Amino acid sequence: MTLLSITSIDVHYGDFQAIYSLDLHVDEGETLAVIGANGAGKSTLLKTIAGLLRPTSGDIVFDGLNISATPPYRRVPLGIALTPEGRKIFPSLTVEENLKVGAHVKRPGPWTLAAIYDAFPLVADRRHRLGVNLSGGEQQATAIARALMSNPRLLLLDEVSLGLAPVVVEQIYDTLPAITGQGTTVLIVEQDVNLAMKFADRVQCLLEGKSVLEGVPADLTRDQIATAYFGI
Amino acid sequence: MQWLNAVIQGILLGGLYALLAAGLSLMFGVMRIVNLAHGVLAIVAAYIGFVFVNNLGVPWYLAIIIVIPIMAVVGYALQWGLFNRALTKGGLAPLLVAFGLAVVLTQLLQEIFTADNRRIDTGTLATDSIQVTDTIYLGLLPVMTFVVAVLVIAGLQLFLNHTPLGRAMRAASDDPDTVKLMGIDNRQVYALSTALALATVGLAGLFIGMKTQFSPTYGDLVLIFAFEAVIIGGLGSLWGTLAGGMVLGIAQAVGAQINPSYGLLIGNLVFLAILAFRPQGLFPKAVTT
Repeated sequence: MTLLSITSIDVHYGDFQAIYSLDLHVDEGETLAVIGANGAGKSTLLKTIAGLLRPTSGDIVFDGLNISATPPYRRVPLGIALTPEGRKIFPSLTVEENLKVGAHVKRPGPWTLAAIYDAFPLVADRRHRLGVNLSGGEQQATAIARALMSNPRLLLLDEVSLGLAPVVVEQIYDTLPAITGQGTTVLIVEQDVNLAMKFADRVQCLLEGKSVLEGVPADLTRDQIATAYFGI
Repeated sequence: MQWLNAVIQGILLGGLYALLAAGLSLMFGVMRIVNLAHGVLAIVAAYIGFVFVNNLGVPWYLAIIIVIPIMAVVGYALQWGLFNRALTKGGLAPLLVAFGLAVVLTQLLQEIFTADNRRIDTGTLATDSIQVTDTIYLGLLPVMTFVVAVLVIAGLQLFLNHTPLGRAMRAASDDPDTVKLMGIDNRQVYALSTALALATVGLAGLFIGMKTQFSPTYGDLVLIFAFEAVIIGGLGSLWGTLAGGMVLGIAQAVGAQINPSYGLLIGNLVFLAILAFRPQGLFPKAVTT
């Protein structure tokens, strides 16, 4: 069953067009990785799905509901949660308070404070620390945990690996099965193609705001991906 | 003994200043709005109280219960009607809107109530006092004001620290865009913050109206006291605001003890000294963002 279906959206920042007539769908329970170079429109796509940006044309349908014009804070109760680019942890709140703010919309589901601390030992260790005092990896883990607190049906993860040490990236990706194991659909934006190919059920590659390649990792060759990624 | 008395009276006066300043501090803390209409809004509350008590014969304690929710509703409406719109136009717009609001409200009060001095009639409450020693008497109203101020500030701090809405306010203060991703409408959080701020300033306005003579322009003075308390205490910290109010109150009372005309002067000098030597205030917020 299709959970999210995007048909021919255009997204602009003022006069600048970031996404051109993009089609994308995510099935319930699957993990889709959107890959692409810097400036391909990946983060713009996630912001648009979360509602921080509105498409200038085209439709976003979530679980049969057209949400193209729904403000972001009304999309959370529907089951869409975004871990934003740059993590955006509330600096003056503790980790635990960050998580509680994430649970402001109380959707029923498996993710409670206790379940989060169980799945993310790193977050549990830092629960009383202020957001401003977290390392990059701790911030990223907290940001994912915070998004999960709303028990989303669709979790949007933006640039999880950006700026983190490889060992930390690995730790964070290791929690992904625990998330998808709960039936949560994941749409992940990732610059690291190898990570995307390893963890995703399907990948879609963007180039300059257009979709250029889509498929199951096993079916795609390195050459195909290189061509799509760099546009050469 | 005179000096001890002055300090004690100053502390009690400081409670009123802190209560006045708490809402100013809250609005700045959550939305970065410098509400220049804060003083006149206190006086608006005093006039509403005046109408209920002096014109309609409602007892003063009932008037408090009536005026607080009225001011909260006014705050909610002001935020949705004016400030939320102004906030989308950059940092200067809310300041100008607040300034315009202060001018309009002051003129409106002049039109309706004239420039005559008024006072909310509380019977003997304003003159009743408790004798502590042979020479020290504590006014019942100042003591009551002080106790209420401390309770309100403690309550506000507990609310901000331990309730979902309080957390949402602090989160919105940190990052208004990201709270939307948590399913929180930041404009709604702002409206509730302003409602809370005006409820507290309404309470302060009523105490002012019971304590002293007021007129439509009295809000200017009130605004200055509130600002001084916030700056002395440190922006964004409610306990700091309480301390700031007390420092200002003590400075004024001790100044008045030196010479009755020095009260305001010494208060302002202490404020200037803090600005010059410790501009972050006595108790600045630990995290600056």
